[in-house]
Amino acid sequence: MAARTFTIDDQLISAREGETILQAAREHGISIPTLCHLDGVSDVGACRLCLVEIEGSRALRPACVTPVVEEMVVRTDTERLREYRRMIIELLFAERNHVCAVCVANGHCELQDLAIAVGMDHVRFDYAFPRCDVDISHPLFGIDHNRCVLCTRCVRVCDEVEGVHTWDVAGRGADARVITDMRQPWGEARSCTSCGKCVLACPTGAIFRRGATVGEMERDRNKIAYIVAAREQRW
Amino acid sequence: MDISELLTIAEHERTMRRPTCIRCCTALGCQSAGSLSLKQRLEEAVAEVDRTDIEVIGVGCMGMCGHGPLVRVDPDGVLYEHVHAADAPSIVAALDGGDATAPRGDPQHPFFTLQKRIVLENSGIIDPERIESYIAAGGYQALYCVLHDMTPAEVIDVVTRSGLRGRGGAGYPTGLKWATVAKSHGDRKYVVCNADEGDPGAFMDRSIIESDPHKILEGMAIAAYAVGADQGYVYVRAEYPLAIQRLQRAIAQARRLGLLGAQIFDAGFTFRIDIRVGAGAFVCGEETALMASIEGRRGQPRPRPPYPAESGLWGRPTLINNVETFANIPPIIRNGAEWFAAIGAEHSKGTKVFALTGKIRHTGLIEVPMGVTLRQIVEEMGGGVPEGRVKAVQTGGPSGGCIPAALLDTPVDYESLQRVGSIMGSGGMVVMDDATNMVDVAHFYMEFCKDESCGKCIPCRAGTAQMLHMLNLIRSGQATAADLARLEQLCIMVKETSLCGLGQSAPNPVLSTMKYFREEYEAFVRDEGLAG
Ligand SMILES: Cc1cc2nc3c(=O)[nH]c(=O)nc-3n(C[C@H](O)[C@H](O)[C@H](O)COP(=O)(O)O)c2cc1C
Ligand code: SF4
Ligand code: SF4
Ligand code: SF4
Ligand code: FES
Ligand code: FES
Repeated sequence: MAARTFTIDDQLISAREGETILQAAREHGISIPTLCHLDGVSDVGACRLCLVEIEGSRALRPACVTPVVEEMVVRTDTERLREYRRMIIELLFAERNHVCAVCVANGHCELQDLAIAVGMDHVRFDYAFPRCDVDISHPLFGIDHNRCVLCTRCVRVCDEVEGVHTWDVAGRGADARVITDMRQPWGEARSCTSCGKCVLACPTGAIFRRGATVGEMERDRNKIAYIVAAREQRW
Repeated sequence: MDISELLTIAEHERTMRRPTCIRCCTALGCQSAGSLSLKQRLEEAVAEVDRTDIEVIGVGCMGMCGHGPLVRVDPDGVLYEHVHAADAPSIVAALDGGDATAPRGDPQHPFFTLQKRIVLENSGIIDPERIESYIAAGGYQALYCVLHDMTPAEVIDVVTRSGLRGRGGAGYPTGLKWATVAKSHGDRKYVVCNADEGDPGAFMDRSIIESDPHKILEGMAIAAYAVGADQGYVYVRAEYPLAIQRLQRAIAQARRLGLLGAQIFDAGFTFRIDIRVGAGAFVCGEETALMASIEGRRGQPRPRPPYPAESGLWGRPTLINNVETFANIPPIIRNGAEWFAAIGAEHSKGTKVFALTGKIRHTGLIEVPMGVTLRQIVEEMGGGVPEGRVKAVQTGGPSGGCIPAALLDTPVDYESLQRVGSIMGSGGMVVMDDATNMVDVAHFYMEFCKDESCGKCIPCRAGTAQMLHMLNLIRSGQATAADLARLEQLCIMVKETSLCGLGQSAPNPVLSTMKYFREEYEAFVRDEGLAG
C-alpha cells in the first residue's frame, strides 16, 4: 500500500493510502473530537465534531470520512472550528434533558468529556425540555431517550457487528428517535440477542445496563474494535 | 420501429386534425378549478351543433394558472379565462360569430409575449395523454438521431457546448456531469430523474410532467445512451397523482411503440424506465437521500464524495438530473448546441421555468430567457402587486433568500442571484408586498426546514429547532439585541457545518432578511435594559 505524506497543524505526517484524516491523526497522537465515530463500525459523518479545515477549500470536511490526499494541509484546531464544536455540544445539551447529576453515565460519558474538551462552560441556548420516554422493558438493559444524542452507534454496532439490526431511527428532525424492531418496546423486540454491544457502544447514559451503579457504567469501547479485528484475522 | 414508422405516425396525426381546435387545460391547476367537466361540456356542445370540423382536446398547462380554467380556440388563438362548464355552448357558438359568456384573456399580454418556450414548447398545445400528439410535434426524433447518427461522446459534447446547467438548484454543468458518469466504471449504470420537487410554492416540475411527459422520457433515454445506462428511474412524490398517472401512461405507450425497452429504433440500445414514488419528504430531493430512498432505505443523505456519478444506486455510477434539465435535452439535440448557447446570459444559457406566486396579479408558470430582470418578471409579466408595492421577491424556496425591491433590476441568472444573497433554486418565485413582515417570512421557511430536517446531523437537526425557537422569541418581543447576534452566529455555523444542502442552506432566508430588512428584526427587540 502506497504511503501518503501530508500536514496536520504544521506537523508532517505519513499515512497509508485510503486512510482517513482521523485515523492518521490519531496514530500520531493528534486528537480530533468525535462523537458518531466508533472504531469497528462504518462512519456516517453525522455529528460534525470532527470537521477540519483543508487549505485551499472554504468548505469544512469531516475527518472521519475524508481520505488523506498527498500533500494536503489540514488544520484541526482553528478558532472557527473551536467555536463551532462548542456550539454543536451546546446544541446537544439544549436539545434533550441532560441532567448529569442524576445520570447513570455521570463521569463515564463521552458527551461530558467532549464538553470539557471543547471548553464548554455554559449553554448559550434555551433548553427545549422535550418529553422523552425511558424504556426498561428489556430484562437486562434500558434506553433513556432523554440522554440520546442520535449518534446511531447503537444502530450500526447492532447491524454491522452483531448482525441483527434491532435498532433503527424513526421520525424526522428533532422528533427523530432510535427505536427497537418495529418500534416495539425493547423487551418485545424479538431480534435482540441481548449481546450488550449497543450498551458498549453508546457514548452517553442513553443505553444502560439495568441495576448498574454509576461506577459500573464505565465502558470499554475498544471491545467493539477488538471483536471486529479478531474476526477479520480469523477469516 | 424505424424513422419512417415514426414519421408516419406524425403524418397520420396531422391529417386527422380538424380545422378548429378547442384546447382545454387539464393540468392539475385547472382540473382543481373544474376543467374536466368543462372539457366534457365542450365536447357535448360540439356534438350538439353537429360540427365535424371542430375538435376538443385536453392539453397541459398554458401558464396563467391563476386565471384558470383556461381554454384556447385555435387557429385564431382566442383565449378564455375563468371558464365555467356553463360557458361551453357559448364558446362553441362564438365560432359562428357572437360573444362567449366567458371572459376573454389577452394572448398579447407580456405574461405570454415575454416568454421564450423551450421546456414548455408543447405545454398547452399537445395532448399529454397521447404519444401520437407528442410524435406529431417532432417527439422522439432527437432520440432517433442520437441513436443512429451520433456517438455517446458526440451527444455529451453537444450538451457540454450548449452550456446547459442543472435546473434542480445548484446549476452544475450538465455536460460535465454526463461526462463523469460516462467515464465511471460499473457493470451497470443508472439514470435518475429527480421529480421530488419539495420546495413550498413550487410546481414547475409537476407541470412539466403533467403537460409533456414524453419529453422527460426522451431526455432520459438520450442521457442513458450518452452515459451507457440501461435502467432509469423517475423519483416523484406521492402528492403528485396526476403527474404519476400521466407518466405511467406515457411509459406504457412508449414501450408499446418500442421507444423504450429493448432494441430501441433497432439500434442495439436498451433502456427501461420505472417510477419510484416517494412519500414526499423535502430531504428526499437531495441526491444521496433520493438514492437511499430508491434502494428502499431511510431517505437520508450521506457525505459526498463519493458522488453519485461515481458510486450511486447500489454502488454503481448514476446520473441524476432534474425534470427541467431533461426536458431541455431533446430541443438541444434537435436545434444544436449553438442555438441553445445563443439564448440567455453569459454563464447561464437557455431559459428557466418559474412558478410565479404570492402577492401578484398574474400567478402561474412562466418560462423566460436567462438574463431577464426580476422587474420584468414581476412588474411586466406578473402585472405587479394588486395593492401597495412590491417589497421583496423570494427565490430558491427554503434554500434561497429574499431580494428587496431596490434590487429588482437584478438579472435572473445563477451568479447574479447568488451575488444578492439568494439562489436560482429550482424555480419557486414568491412576490411579497409591503404588508408582509419579513421576520414572519424567515419564520415560515425555518419552520419548514425544522420539520423537514432528516435529523441525521446535529447542526441541522438541533440548529433549525433552535433558530426557530429564537425567531419565536423575537416575534413575541422577548429577544434582545444580543439574541439577534447569537441567531446570526448560529445561522453561519449551521450553514458551514451541516452534512447536506438542506442544513447548509436552511439559514439563507434568515440571513438574507436580516441583511436587507434588519430594522424589522430590531423593531421586535426589547430594550436591552429590561433583559434579565
Ligand atoms: C434538501 C434538498 C432538496 C432538493 N430537492 C430537489 C428537488 O426537489 N428536485 C431536484 O431536481 N433537485 C433537488 N435538489 C438538488 C439535487 O440534490 C440534485 O442536485 C439535482 O437533482 C441535480 O440535478 P441537476 O443537475 O439537473 O440540477 C435538492 C437538494 C437538496 C439539498
Ligand atoms: S443487545 Fe445486542 S442485539 Fe440487542 S439491541 Fe443491543 S446490540 Fe442489538
Ligand atoms: S442510544 Fe446511545 S448509541 Fe444509540 S443513538 Fe442514542 S446516544 Fe447514540
Ligand atoms: S443537513 Fe439536515 S437534512 Fe441534511 S443530513 Fe443534516 S440533518 Fe439531515
Ligand atoms: S465523528 Fe466525524 S462526523 Fe461524527
Ligand atoms: S394549470 Fe391550467 S393553465 Fe396552468
